[in-house]
Amino acid sequence: MAPRAAARLETLGFDNVREYRAGKLDWLAAGLPTEGENNNCPRAGDASRKDVIVCGLKDRIGEVRGRATAAGVDLAVVVDDERVVLGMLWSKQLELDPDLMAEKVMRPGPSTYRPYVPIKEMADHLVEHDHDSAPITTSDGKLVGVLYKSDAIRLAASATACVRKMIT
Amino acid sequence: MARLIDRETVRQMVKDGAQLVEVLPKEEYAEDHLPGAVSHPLKQLDEEAGELDPNRPVIVYCWDSA
Repeated sequence: MAPRAAARLETLGFDNVREYRAGKLDWLAAGLPTEGENNNCPRAGDASRKDVIVCGLKDRIGEVRGRATAAGVDLAVVVDDERVVLGMLWSKQLELDPDLMAEKVMRPGPSTYRPYVPIKEMADHLVEHDHDSAPITTSDGKLVGVLYKSDAIRLAASATACVRKMIT
Repeated sequence: MARLIDRETVRQMVKDGAQLVEVLPKEEYAEDHLPGAVSHPLKQLDEEAGELDPNRPVIVYCWDSA
């Protein structure tokens, strides 16, 4: 759309036209501020819980489970040194042999979602796909937090549906 | 043909006075737009182009490269 707009403006006599082809998606993915109605309702990043239990590939399940239990949660996120998400330990994996390493039992390559997705869309998505929670990451895969379906549904109750769908 | 620019160049050019134009439908502009952008949807561009200053740079954008 932008290439055609730029071309049309040039034919209309504008001789200094530039095209930001990466567009609004690139801007949002960089975490830069926007203006508009979506700023009145929370987004996935705002609503995600930041006090997430994280562990490394070599951490033992028993130790991770202990931390998760103490925190009152039933999941942990396996990350690398830069907090890039590598896998998930859901309750089922946390119940396995405590001597196993996270790397051996994690669910690799989980679906992740960007912080800018409006909460209404996130809630609908989690319900539709029957996910109780979802990791929220930056576009380069770094963990922002975990969004729980219950939080998303509660916050989405007063939010309106958006025209632009942001989950791709 | 319009020159392609990246995010940082957008920020600098807007700071220097360039006009930022979102060409998506107005409903999408209403939800989210870049700070300072104006809405001129592609389908209405012919009628609305006169609202732009031809003496200042114009930056157009939509959702992504698609």
